[in-house]
Amino acid sequence: MKQILKVSVGFLITALVFTSCNNDKSSKSNSALSSSAAEKVYVAPGEYDEFYAFISGGFSGQLSVYGLPSGRLFKVIPVFSQDAEKAWGYNEETKPMLNTSHGFIPWDDSHHPDISQTNGVVDGRYVYINANNTPRIAKIDLTTFETTEIIEIPNSAGNHSSSFVTENTEYVVAGTRFSIPIPQRDMSIKDYKGNFKGALSFLKINPDNGEMAIKFQLLMPGFNYDLSHPGRGKSHGWFFFTTYNTEEANSLLEVNASQNDKDFIAAINWKKIEEYVNNGGGTKVPSKYAHNLYSDETHTATSTMMDEVLTVNPLDVPGAVYLLPTPKSPHGCDVDPTGEYIVGNGKLSANLTVHSFTKMLDAIKNNKIDGEAYGIPILKFEDVLAGSVVQPGLGPLHTEFDGKGNAYTTFFISSEVVKWKLGTWEVIDRKPTYYSVGHLMIPGGNSGQPFGKYVLAMNKITKDRYLPTGPEVTQSAQLYDITGDKMELLLDFPTIGEPHYAAGCPADLIRANSKKLYELGKNKHPYAAKEDADTKVTRKGNEVHIQMTMIRSHFSPDNIEGIKVGDKVYFHVTNLEQDYDVPHGIAMIGANTSELLIMPGQTETFVWEPKEVGVWPFYCTDFCSALHQEMQGYVRVSPASSNIELSWSLGEDF
Amino acid sequence: MKTKLNILLTFFAVLCAFSCKNNQDSETKEPSVAVSNTTEAKQGQAFIKDDESKPNVLQIAIGSKDHTTLVAAVQAAELENALVNAGPLMVFAPTNEAFAALPEGTVENLLKPENKAKLALILKHHVTPGNYSKEFLKKFKHLGQASNENVSVEVKGDDVFIGGAKIIASIPAGNGIVHVVDTVILPGN
Repeated sequence: MKQILKVSVGFLITALVFTSCNNDKSSKSNSALSSSAAEKVYVAPGEYDEFYAFISGGFSGQLSVYGLPSGRLFKVIPVFSQDAEKAWGYNEETKPMLNTSHGFIPWDDSHHPDISQTNGVVDGRYVYINANNTPRIAKIDLTTFETTEIIEIPNSAGNHSSSFVTENTEYVVAGTRFSIPIPQRDMSIKDYKGNFKGALSFLKINPDNGEMAIKFQLLMPGFNYDLSHPGRGKSHGWFFFTTYNTEEANSLLEVNASQNDKDFIAAINWKKIEEYVNNGGGTKVPSKYAHNLYSDETHTATSTMMDEVLTVNPLDVPGAVYLLPTPKSPHGCDVDPTGEYIVGNGKLSANLTVHSFTKMLDAIKNNKIDGEAYGIPILKFEDVLAGSVVQPGLGPLHTEFDGKGNAYTTFFISSEVVKWKLGTWEVIDRKPTYYSVGHLMIPGGNSGQPFGKYVLAMNKITKDRYLPTGPEVTQSAQLYDITGDKMELLLDFPTIGEPHYAAGCPADLIRANSKKLYELGKNKHPYAAKEDADTKVTRKGNEVHIQMTMIRSHFSPDNIEGIKVGDKVYFHVTNLEQDYDVPHGIAMIGANTSELLIMPGQTETFVWEPKEVGVWPFYCTDFCSALHQEMQGYVRVSPASSNIELSWSLGEDF
Repeated sequence: MKTKLNILLTFFAVLCAFSCKNNQDSETKEPSVAVSNTTEAKQGQAFIKDDESKPNVLQIAIGSKDHTTLVAAVQAAELENALVNAGPLMVFAPTNEAFAALPEGTVENLLKPENKAKLALILKHHVTPGNYSKEFLKKFKHLGQASNENVSVEVKGDDVFIGGAKIIASIPAGNGIVHVVDTVILPGN
């Protein structure tokens, strides 16, 4: 201890003498430095950011929308987790969105957002994102920035190698992390090896509305499938998945899944399998999964329980699946913009392994097979290897590309981003991150056309980077300018949950399409009241339905009588505003369910079950107008035995 | 202790005043913007002030009088930040004696700036991503090191040898574990 003190005091003094004494000077030079970084990230009041960044919330289950380069947070889109602020998963309309075959699951772990693409270029129509825990894929519509679809993935567990889109958004892929018994059954865990399977699901996308349907599930050997990326350009039609635990261990994976010197990247010719399936191939198996859709017209979600899925045995489609040996538990599986290079980020390897698509095709053509795993051919490492980046850092995790022939890889253990050159494999630059970086993102950086101006590094650990907030501190993202030979750190900013991965694109792709409101005339909610004349209160037994409107600055009706203790009261509230950015809220004292935040033209519903007689107030929770504080009302609750008739009114005393 | 600290601090204050004055002088002569990299070189998790957390593997090495050579080597290779990472990290820490047993001049040679990469590789050969007790290590046949090479694990009686080096003590750390070893483990190439 004494030794530590001595060393640290000594260090402190040395450091201070050498650095802080020239405080005056260094603060000046620092400000000169930081002012240039500041200029690069400064977006003047009223001006717009150049890029949207969609950053997942990890264990928050959500997706956040940031602007780059400013790092300003615009919205947190609720996806897999309930959000009281927006009543997501609390109001009657959105509860079905969180329905699964296991029932209502109001939380999850959201990981890998990916933007839809047209001809290999991000098109800004939809973001797809995976729920890791209870396997699901969501679609976020980038006209409303709302989650409009969630589909559950059966026969999957730890839905991690997801949700990446092919270059024309033909498919979104959802690969399992865990292998499991398929179909699920009661068996000994010790019998894992050879019996468990890993399902890789291909979700066909409807080109008109982005909707998902499970086209087929490829039942692969019982490895863990970590990450994936589609081929593009010349490799379009293939999909690549990293695997680990090819040992098929079922316990203490940190030891037992690290015994093989090499695991695999699985190369899957999905076009070939699609053809097989279109010709009647595959086996339908019973599988329960929920498919939930939200309608912008009824403002209501529906949940449909599906009961079977088409599975494909890879051995039934010869030439569709090959295994490329890749050192030591690769994590990220990244394909460069030309589609030629497939980068395996072996997280326990000190080197990066890059495979060549051309060499892979050549090895397949010349039948250079080096063994098999459960009948799936293994190609020889040397025959598919394009090159290695030697000792670039510790703990490689994920790589993206700038479209100028450079790749950028994160290193978790050595906390850095390393820039290297495709083809020569030489390291060009490295910059520290603060700290323990996971994924990184270049807008369009996992597509055929990166917009290589910035790279965003997402850190798991921040420790001392911000003012402390107790044991839990924010995780962070860091923005680097990558227009020069050397990267330059511009900014770090806090994020929601765990910023696991992100997708970005030029703001112009999305901005003009962003809706300002919902057209009242198109509102098809069964309980919508589109004008004051539509407002009413009806009773069906002990169920009471209030069809209410809201407009600056009153509710209609705002006085309601005839409600009784024991009633189940549905407040169906329609926002009559047809003016941009005038939402209203409603909150009822003692409501056990939800408050609401309703956009112009939209109808939402909450349920209130009054337990006590009295006169109970409700009010608008969104500061909507100059007379916001006047926007309120009362409900009279009478005893269960009372004979008071239902009545409702607005401004009757005048 | 307190008086010692006071003396040091006084000394420091004097030094500081002295050098600050110096600075002002140089500033008037040199108005152009000069950017110093010295502050940047010492950023990162290794330099966070934190006396609440359990010491990490680096702090344990720094705190040990038997590992001054190792610490000097880590600093010369600038591997401090890697050793304070969330890891988990298992460090096989050769003692000063172990380094001294290398052929004469080896350590001095490795500490030269031009041999930084070589030194870093040797040090990484002493690090495993993982956190296992000596007892648990007996389950392994080999370990994959951060140098990208494997080391053997051998059990002789109660003793465990990693790449031929005997574990003589083990200290759990905040981000892993330090196993003190009696020999420097050299990578194959």
